Amino acid sequence: MLDYDFMRTAFAAGTIVAVVCGAVGYFLVLRNLAFAGHALSHVGFAGATGAVLIDIAPLWGLLAFTLAAGVAMGVLGERLRGRDIAVGIVLSLSLGLGVLFLHFYTSHATQTVALLFGNVLGVSSANVWNLLGLAVVCLIALAVISRPLLFATIDPELAEAKGVSLRTISVLFLMVVGLAVAEATQVVGILLVFALMVGPAATAQRLSSHFRAALILSAALAVAETWLGIALAYETDWPPSFWITALSCLAYGLSYFASMPRAARAEAE
Amino acid sequence: MNAIELDHVTLARDGRTVLSRIDATVGAGEFVAVLGSNGSGKTTLLHAILGLIAPREGEIRVLGGPPKSAATAIGYLPQKRAAIADLPLRGWDFVASAVKGERWGWPAVGAQDRADVAAALKLVEATALADRAISRLSGGELQRLLLAKALLGRPKLLLLDEPLISLDPRFQFGAVALVRRVQKELGLTVLFTAHDLNPLLDSVDRVLYLGGGGAALGTVDEVVTGPVLSRLCDTPIEVLRIHGGIVVVAAHGELDHEAHRHDAHDA
Repeated sequence: MLDYDFMRTAFAAGTIVAVVCGAVGYFLVLRNLAFAGHALSHVGFAGATGAVLIDIAPLWGLLAFTLAAGVAMGVLGERLRGRDIAVGIVLSLSLGLGVLFLHFYTSHATQTVALLFGNVLGVSSANVWNLLGLAVVCLIALAVISRPLLFATIDPELAEAKGVSLRTISVLFLMVVGLAVAEATQVVGILLVFALMVGPAATAQRLSSHFRAALILSAALAVAETWLGIALAYETDWPPSFWITALSCLAYGLSYFASMPRAARAEAE
Repeated sequence: MNAIELDHVTLARDGRTVLSRIDATVGAGEFVAVLGSNGSGKTTLLHAILGLIAPREGEIRVLGGPPKSAATAIGYLPQKRAAIADLPLRGWDFVASAVKGERWGWPAVGAQDRADVAAALKLVEATALADRAISRLSGGELQRLLLAKALLGRPKLLLLDEPLISLDPRFQFGAVALVRRVQKELGLTVLFTAHDLNPLLDSVDRVLYLGGGGAALGTVDEVVTGPVLSRLCDTPIEVLRIHGGIVVVAAHGELDHEAHRHDAHDA
């Protein structure tokens, strides 16, 4: 299956995106921000479709919107807690705007499906280089903030007392998440970002409480699920996004069982 | 050199004055319990000593200088820590994350840092907790890790904000004894805020009682008496001693810190 150009491109794009999502997702889940990733991707939809409308590659529109939304979420921070309704309304407005932009540009129905549900088999080789460049920026940024990020995530009060600006860390991290979300949508689409950003990270955290091991495991799981998903899609001709989400769900389910204490497991049986 | 000197210090939180012109001097190597009801200014005082808030008037000196200059010599255990109990991280990473955590970069832990973490864990008898997940620890075990974290970087002054509040009453005496042992071993100065004095009775050198915007500092026998507390809080207060314990009763019923203790018992 690696004889085909588009398959090689798919594996390359999938690997790049999976590493980024696994690593960023680890901190996302640790910070209890899983749904922030979901929210950012929805906002990105309006950006992606708007970009198509003005003849720019959707990736850049998406990126602009997810970054801006990441900054806004970081700045608002605690004030967003308990504002589910306001956040939900902004999210649905973003999707609504996306639909409007598409309405003005009707010839791109297949692109809509690709945006919403991803199409890793359709990634162009030029786009792989874009993804690689973004991935490098994203991972470097994550590495630079990871130390105060971990400190502020584990013990915000102590971190603040030691001079860490919780807001700065939050804004920078959500910008990194915005980058990662823009990458993830290229593989699994806007609606399925959870599968790559949250699934592998949550699975890894169930399997290991060792910071570095769990972080590496999270990225490794994301890569494995993506590779296997693409391969299964090739064999079955079903969409790769389905296989990746199914594998992500399966891995999480198995980890749930594996991390149960023995006594509880006996009880469950 | 004194550990802490408060000279006519007025502190405000959210625009409201909590402590007004208080004077107090804590010597090096003292174990001082900071007592008072909710809102009496215990946490605000600790934040001022940490240099997180500036006094409205008066001067605070910590280890001979302004609070900010002493920041690295202060170990701190903050009060709010509700989210910690669910962390999917082992004890080692939990403690190590605080090592130079304010610096940028990758959280690599060098050999020296690793030795510091190991020493802090050993000091609080938590070496065995290093490889266990935080989410699987008891309240008392988690407490020991928090104390280990406060001891990183070899502080001279330890500020512990309500370390007993989430602890089962059975474990409170043990937790205080542990702090006392570590304090003696390292020659630390300790400020230990609490709602209830009783678990601390055997360990404290002196008591700093906050109430009515003022402060009274002295030994338990000097400060925790009806006349002193009545004057401080500007309301009739009686102090009863029963079975070696102390109960503080206000004219309108028990003071709220005592009520809290009973809540804990009931729960």
